[in-house]
Amino acid sequence: MDSMWMTLCVIIYLFVVGYLGYRGYRGTHTATDYLVGGRKIHPYVMAMSYGATFISTSAIVGFGGAAGVFGMGLLWLTFLNIFAGIFLAFVFFGGRTHVMGLRLDAHTFPELLGRRFQSRFVQGGAALLVFIFMPLYTSAVLIGAAKYLGEQLAIPYEAALFVFSIIIALYVIMGGIKGVMYTDALQGTIMLAGMTALILLTYSKLGGVVPAHQALTDLASQVPEKLAKGGHLGWTSMPKLGSPLWWTLVSTIVMGVGIGVLAQPQLAVRYMTVKSRREINRAVPIGGIFILMMTGVAFVVGALTNVYFFNNTGKISIAAAGGDVEAIIPMFVKASMPGWFSVLFMLALLSAAMSTISSQFHAMGTSLGRDLVEQSLRKGRASGGLLATRVGILIGIVVSVYLGYELEKQFGKTGTEIVARGTAIFFGLCACAFLPMYIGALWSRAITKAGAIAGMLSGAFASVFWMLFVHEKESTALLLCKKLFGVRSLGIRMVEGTEPGQMVEQFIRHGKFIWAFVDPLIIGLPLAVIVTIVVSMLSRKFSEDHLRRCFGGLAKAKQAS
Amino acid sequence: MLLGFEDPWVSLVYILCILSSLLCVVWGAFKWNAEATEEPEEEVRHWAEEEDKVEEEL
Repeated sequence: MDSMWMTLCVIIYLFVVGYLGYRGYRGTHTATDYLVGGRKIHPYVMAMSYGATFISTSAIVGFGGAAGVFGMGLLWLTFLNIFAGIFLAFVFFGGRTHVMGLRLDAHTFPELLGRRFQSRFVQGGAALLVFIFMPLYTSAVLIGAAKYLGEQLAIPYEAALFVFSIIIALYVIMGGIKGVMYTDALQGTIMLAGMTALILLTYSKLGGVVPAHQALTDLASQVPEKLAKGGHLGWTSMPKLGSPLWWTLVSTIVMGVGIGVLAQPQLAVRYMTVKSRREINRAVPIGGIFILMMTGVAFVVGALTNVYFFNNTGKISIAAAGGDVEAIIPMFVKASMPGWFSVLFMLALLSAAMSTISSQFHAMGTSLGRDLVEQSLRKGRASGGLLATRVGILIGIVVSVYLGYELEKQFGKTGTEIVARGTAIFFGLCACAFLPMYIGALWSRAITKAGAIAGMLSGAFASVFWMLFVHEKESTALLLCKKLFGVRSLGIRMVEGTEPGQMVEQFIRHGKFIWAFVDPLIIGLPLAVIVTIVVSMLSRKFSEDHLRRCFGGLAKAKQAS
Repeated sequence: MLLGFEDPWVSLVYILCILSSLLCVVWGAFKWNAEATEEPEEEVRHWAEEEDKVEEEL
């Protein structure tokens, strides 16, 4: 009975998504419509679209499950997501990006940077980086979603992957950013409804807010010995300061926030879709509450599942889930929630995946079509403005689906490992290659064209080098280091043979392999900042006219003369 | 044991999450009608012209 309801609801949901995609298509007449929604998107749609793109299924299921293991200390990530990822991002980056985007008539993130630095190389280079590295990130989300959908609807993984991709492809290619954002708004609303119901039902099941927390506090004695040794002090306490678990928690939080989020093309372009700064200000409350209800609820519920599982099975969550962190939240929902909620929650997770993927498809396609072919190489304009972009999206989709399908088939577990690192690789690269230049573009008149190019290249090369050869997590998965040098990472030559799981222990015991654990961001970002500043100091500045055009005052200056 | 949490740092972050969302709400309410018409006329006109051009090409 339940599965019949589930199938029916998925079909209705897909029809509504299809209808909204069609609305996007009908409302798209110009390139500006297709790329930035005619700059007239409603603040609710903009905020929901930003939030729903930001939060993928793994933020809820993966990180929620992690909270089931680590406890509520993970809420620091939620706090930073809201404060930095929404408040600071919208108020500081959003407003300036919007105004500068309008002044320079930019339609994509690479185009904004390219026009700000008067460089087709910047636009083409940024677009190329997006187009090369985003498919892996998209594959990571796509595979997770197809597996989940396949399991829920009892259809094969391959069928789920193709059906899912074709539906998203249709509304992204036809409807452009309007199709993406309208469906995002619906999907964000479903996610909000699902997560609100989840927190209310969980607290009411466990006897109220404070009693639920108290029950979790009382479980501290049940922390497994291995975790307790690592510094775990209970699910309502932070791990012991300086303990291995404390370091793991802090690095998860720092990387989870991912400074890269601030410079992600598919998110930054959202600021250019609204009419004025007023709409961005109006989007702030919606974005803040949305993120609170997503990761905040996932982490609180993730931790509280321990109380439920302990009361009902005598085991804590991770033991009840057989050691599979990602299974904790789905198992809890299945075991404890009413049937109607399972359907709602499934739709919420489906929405989380689709909203992230659709924006990725759009960003990849516009990078290839608009930024690289049309603008940077100056080809394709004559053949009709949007054709190149639409073909670009199609190519991006085919590459992502191919990676999702083939990597796993060809390389088995290794393929899965490569895709699993896709998100981290893309976030790291965005931060190193784009962030210094983006901040410089918005706030500094002193950053020059040469500075921007040098910073982008050094950030990109440093982070790619670090991922391929040093940072153990990526270098192991990407295999190149093993092939060329016979070791997993140049930073851990001495502990070859150690299982990945023992890495942290080795590090703590010896402290000699630190480079293998240092995130590419820590190396690439400061390097890119220094290079950008130094080269800018040594190279030719932009003309006053161009700076006025970027930062305003152009009209006044003309009047005065 | 504020809110039933063992560690004051966890109590603090639980409250901070809610306060930071409230900050977003207050900011939005406070700025609801501010900064609506700041776009310079000339730029908007330029943008409209560009758009017309693209439309013609289409």
